[in-house]
Amino acid sequence: MTTAAGVAERLTSLVGSLRAHGVRIGTGETVDAARAIGELGLADRELLREGLAATLLHGTGQRQVFDPVFDLYFPRGVGGPEGQPAGRQDLRERLAAALAADDRALLGRLAAEAVDGFGGYGSSPESDGWSSYQTLERLRPQTLMARVRDEVRARGGSSGFTDRLLEDEVRRRIDAFRTLVAAEARRRVAERRGRDEIARRAVAPTADRVDFLFAGKDRLAELRRTVQPLARKLATRLAARRRHAARGSIDLRRTLRGSLSTGGVPMKPVLRRRRPARPELVLLCDVSGSVSGFSDFTMLLVQALHDQFSKVRVFAFVNRIDEVTGLLEHGRADPEGLGARIQAEAEITGWHGSSDYGMALGEFAERYADAAGPRTTVFVLGDARTNGGDPNLPAVRRIAERARRVYWLNPEQRSRWGTGDSVAPAYAELVEMHECRTARQLSALVARLLPV
Amino acid sequence: MFTSVDDVSARLAETGYLASPAVATTVFLADRLGKPLLVEGPAGVGKTELAKAVAQVAGARLVRLQCYEGVDESRALYEWNHAKQLLRISAGRDETWDETRTDIFSEEFLLTRPLLTAIRGDDPKVLLIDETDKADVEVEGLLLEVLSDFQVTVPELGTITATRRPFVVLTSNASRELSEALRRRCLFLHIGFPEEELERRIVRLKVPGLDEALARSVVRVVGALRAMDLRKVPSVAETIDWAHTLLALGAGTLDETVVRATLGVLLKHQDDVLKASAKLDLDAL
Repeated sequence: MTTAAGVAERLTSLVGSLRAHGVRIGTGETVDAARAIGELGLADRELLREGLAATLLHGTGQRQVFDPVFDLYFPRGVGGPEGQPAGRQDLRERLAAALAADDRALLGRLAAEAVDGFGGYGSSPESDGWSSYQTLERLRPQTLMARVRDEVRARGGSSGFTDRLLEDEVRRRIDAFRTLVAAEARRRVAERRGRDEIARRAVAPTADRVDFLFAGKDRLAELRRTVQPLARKLATRLAARRRHAARGSIDLRRTLRGSLSTGGVPMKPVLRRRRPARPELVLLCDVSGSVSGFSDFTMLLVQALHDQFSKVRVFAFVNRIDEVTGLLEHGRADPEGLGARIQAEAEITGWHGSSDYGMALGEFAERYADAAGPRTTVFVLGDARTNGGDPNLPAVRRIAERARRVYWLNPEQRSRWGTGDSVAPAYAELVEMHECRTARQLSALVARLLPV
Repeated sequence: MFTSVDDVSARLAETGYLASPAVATTVFLADRLGKPLLVEGPAGVGKTELAKAVAQVAGARLVRLQCYEGVDESRALYEWNHAKQLLRISAGRDETWDETRTDIFSEEFLLTRPLLTAIRGDDPKVLLIDETDKADVEVEGLLLEVLSDFQVTVPELGTITATRRPFVVLTSNASRELSEALRRRCLFLHIGFPEEELERRIVRLKVPGLDEALARSVVRVVGALRAMDLRKVPSVAETIDWAHTLLALGAGTLDETVVRATLGVLLKHQDDVLKASAKLDLDAL
């Protein structure tokens, strides 16, 4: 790969794979990246990484896609480490020492050794591979916690006040080691299976393209941090739509009356003036385990947009419904504990803990009928999985009749609607249902659907 | 301007700016490729300082355009000095109109604003466009011509092209998403919070009186605070402030009383202070 053509080929396939992950890179940037390689040379891998990141990327969120892809196309080395694979006990000893010293370079080498020694599975050329899960399962770095802590303490590396921080620090170092192992396993697999395929499949997408239903805890936390900037962006977009909407349709009566002075020829169209009325919003959120990540995010987003509406009311349900607007109030909202607080303070479950849309929607139509009026837009958030219960379509019909608009945002893939206990198609006949799997889809929908 | 990436780090360090490898590499490339540098990152990590340090290293003049809501062409690019033009017209009563006209639209009556200043003249310059995200979208359009071709068109004078390209740094706090067109013209650099070791060196450099052990503890506590989910996590600027505070208080080591008393230097929201004290096992305030 040291020939010029080889490097160019490597670079273009790196760019191709970044594009496949939704990073928008033009030809101009690729040329810049090539010039950067020319300036920096290929001697120092970390410089190359920073140089390519500077020329190819345009935003902060893209970095976490870039790093693993870069590791695949410009790997640290080829093949496994030299020498005999070390024994498990020996490796754990050295790992503990490296963690105690917080030696990044050594941790990287140990990760390579660990994957080489314990990550391999299968024997035939088609089915074998390298697994980070298996490596970590055999090595169990998390069990080194207490040892590393004691070792650091014994060396006098931590005393007095800062001693209380030590455990968290060690935990972060162990997490860093796990990421190293994952990257190393990915690299080894890529050597065997072809880089492009692994780059496409094994690299996690940016947070706004992750499915709500499969997003892990840290991904959801990352999403929550994007709520404020996203809300700001949506607010500007709403304001623009409002400006356009302020020019209403033609007022025929006044146009014709004005045309009398020009002999009945309507020279000047008179537009109907709009009364600025801030719409009301009602959110009905399923907060049961399966979809709670999605509901949390949407609730926070709508709450951040609250100054765009005259009134926002939020209801949460599992199989009973309760108003949670108060819990979301500005300043009080601690996004992290939102789900837990709703579970603790609101009455959202009856005799059992699984979601029942029919019951909850029926209760809403009965108890909070006044919440939905002719100026209200209602959003229902949930996967429409009733656990076999009655979908209670009349209640939905009643809500739809009272409200100005009802939209249903479903975090499930459209192809799975109606499978199993999902009654999505039945609801979709009554109200407009949209697939809303990722933060990106959600912001597009919110910008389009929110009333102005 | 620079010979290698190491050269960048070494010379920036001389001016008191300790650069991470990412920062040094990107500055080196921006210089070599002649492209503007777009720096994003949380407040207080030294985005503006970077531009100042580069200017000092290069022996260049720093031209600064501070963006704000409503900044416009006449503030960013150039303006005609109307008052002076009027004086000129009334002073030359006997001249013909043609003579006056060619005269009042000459360089003498042009008030150059930062963008034009930066591309005129032969001396080296560093153009700092600070807080680009605060400016309106229209201003970005204005920047495009300047940043891609380093030229400005003044209808009465013609197009002015830079004889010597300035080193351009744009900073942004990401309060608004900058347009894709602007991003494409720049090298992108995200300055995050520094690694523990680098931050310790920064603290030692900026607060020389602080001893090594205390600096280590300070950086570790700040690192722990950053790992918490706070409304506003402490930045490098706050770390340095805290180190100054500790020095002024004469605290030799960290203990609960000192940390509790000075937590307000690091955290700016009451609920953050409460949350952090709970997590750090400080006694209730």
